[in-house]
Amino acid sequence: MTMKKTLLTAAACGLFAVVGATAVWAAAGPTDPQIAHIAHTAGVIDIKTGELALKKSHNKDVRAFAEEMVRDHKAVDKQALDLVAKLKVTPEDNATSQALNKGAAAEYAKLEKLSGKAFDHEYAANEVAYHKTVNGALENTLIPSAHNPQLKSLLETGLKLFRSHQEHAEHLVHELH
Amino acid sequence: MNCTKALRQLAVVALIGSGALASCSAPSRPASKTYVVTMANMDFSAKTLSAHVGDTIQWVNKDMFRHSATAKDGSFDIDIDVGQSGSTKLTKPGNVQVTCKYHPTMTQQILVNP
Repeated sequence: MTMKKTLLTAAACGLFAVVGATAVWAAAGPTDPQIAHIAHTAGVIDIKTGELALKKSHNKDVRAFAEEMVRDHKAVDKQALDLVAKLKVTPEDNATSQALNKGAAAEYAKLEKLSGKAFDHEYAANEVAYHKTVNGALENTLIPSAHNPQLKSLLETGLKLFRSHQEHAEHLVHELH
Repeated sequence: MNCTKALRQLAVVALIGSGALASCSAPSRPASKTYVVTMANMDFSAKTLSAHVGDTIQWVNKDMFRHSATAKDGSFDIDIDVGQSGSTKLTKPGNVQVTCKYHPTMTQQILVNP
């Protein structure tokens, strides 16, 4: 197995729990307060990981990508928080948010121990896997389940953004090899 | 009619004729235009655009994210912050592929006519 394959597999494994957690919703689907919580959690995780990359990486492409992640996810998160405040919705913790946090904590701990090229490769590979998983959850579970049209619209914009991030991350992985 | 008068009349007719021909063969160039393209919901409002050399393209970022209008041929690369706009004047004919360097799924094609 190549290094690239190993990294991608490792990153994907950390997210299996999230896929499983979103599958739980198949029957009824999450409520809007739960969806808001998941969206906020997913954004905060990527902001935190991006900030770690800005602290640790010296690669200009990795840093540019991390800056983009921090900037974009902060923008979406602000919109999401403004929206839930406007709608008087209180985000509600749930199994998917918890699975996201659990997987992210393990990945963060792993990244903290790495440096140089090893860090850059792991960060980029994880960003591909992470966005792929979040995009799947958005497309198949969160957007179809959202009831409020403004929340649904924000999630749809989020999906377009994260697909773009996924493509950018895939390009970064390619550039690093 | 003497010979000189006849020649003068012929010359006048020839001048009028050549003027008419000139106005037919060289139509006046259309005035330069400015095309406004909105960036919203992670997309360009015009996916394809036909313009002419001398025209200006202005991009207006109405999204919540920073974008760029970046020509793949390297002829321009404009960062456009949230709520801001940026523009470029088209200087040469061709088919220009434009993307947002931050969000590669955003693409636009500008056909620049001479």
